[in-house]
Amino acid sequence: MEAAVSILIGVMIIGAFYALMAKDLLSSVIACGMVGYSLVICFLLLKAPDLAIVQIVVETITLIIMVAVVLDSSREEKYQKPDKREYIAMAAGAVFLAIMLWFFVGSVQSLDPLGEGSLRMAKYYIEGAAAKTGSANLVTGVLFDFRGYDTLGEAVVLVTAVLGVLTILRLKGKKTGQ
Amino acid sequence: MTLIVKKTTQLMVGMIFMYGIYVVVHGHLTPGGGFAGGMIIAGSLILITLAYGSDFLILMKEETESTLVENLAIIMVILLAAGGFLFGTRIFFNNFLPKGEVGELISAGVIPLYNIFIGAEVAASIFVIFLALIIFKEESSE
Repeated sequence: MEAAVSILIGVMIIGAFYALMAKDLLSSVIACGMVGYSLVICFLLLKAPDLAIVQIVVETITLIIMVAVVLDSSREEKYQKPDKREYIAMAAGAVFLAIMLWFFVGSVQSLDPLGEGSLRMAKYYIEGAAAKTGSANLVTGVLFDFRGYDTLGEAVVLVTAVLGVLTILRLKGKKTGQ
Repeated sequence: MTLIVKKTTQLMVGMIFMYGIYVVVHGHLTPGGGFAGGMIIAGSLILITLAYGSDFLILMKEETESTLVENLAIIMVILLAAGGFLFGTRIFFNNFLPKGEVGELISAGVIPLYNIFIGAEVAASIFVIFLALIIFKEESSE
């Protein structure tokens, strides 16, 4: 399973790079879809069907909206020659990447292997969660009982996002006479 | 859109909508829940709008109604959570209804109700974002 997940992560990295490099914006959007759908298969292999369902639906709908937007606007990306300041940014990025990689290797060595060992809170959630919440699906039990505030926050974030979209994407006021 | 797209949409959209409702209602038993099911319902609504198109005024009306549904659903979630103050141990997000037998459709107290309202909220939000983009396009092309 680890080999399959590693291959999928490799595909995701290739897709992400292609999305950055592609000249045609439509193929860039499709490459983003490659990242998302590989993530769906990763979730399925890691036994997280709840996440997989959410990810596949969100990915499909955002892809549809993005394709519609790209088809409606210009498909070509303008190429600009990088000036001096961008070379400095690239060098800083490379240094930062090296430092992050070094810390990443150090932290991975002190972690449990994938799927083994659990945190103290996670143990409390897993043991007898069905009896405590009455919900057969552990994820829903955690979402709406143990972590109710989290779910409420997520829902409120979505409402706020919609309010922002409605405010920005309005050319005319509803009462034009005033 | 072409006749093929319209006919396929006509055949498929009901099943997609029913599947979304199934995922929402069975959120406490099987994988899924309010967020996933709400997105599926929103997907079926977006499919209808894309395939058949709509009049500008109808789009505006749909947007107003979806905003109403969305805001009412989030208010209901907050009221349900605040209902925990009235019964039993008086805390926010208290599961005040009887829990029933684990694995039954009607069980787990208020969790299915949360699922249904969160599902309505998510479906309406995503649909409103989509409608706002279409209305923006039509307004700017005038």
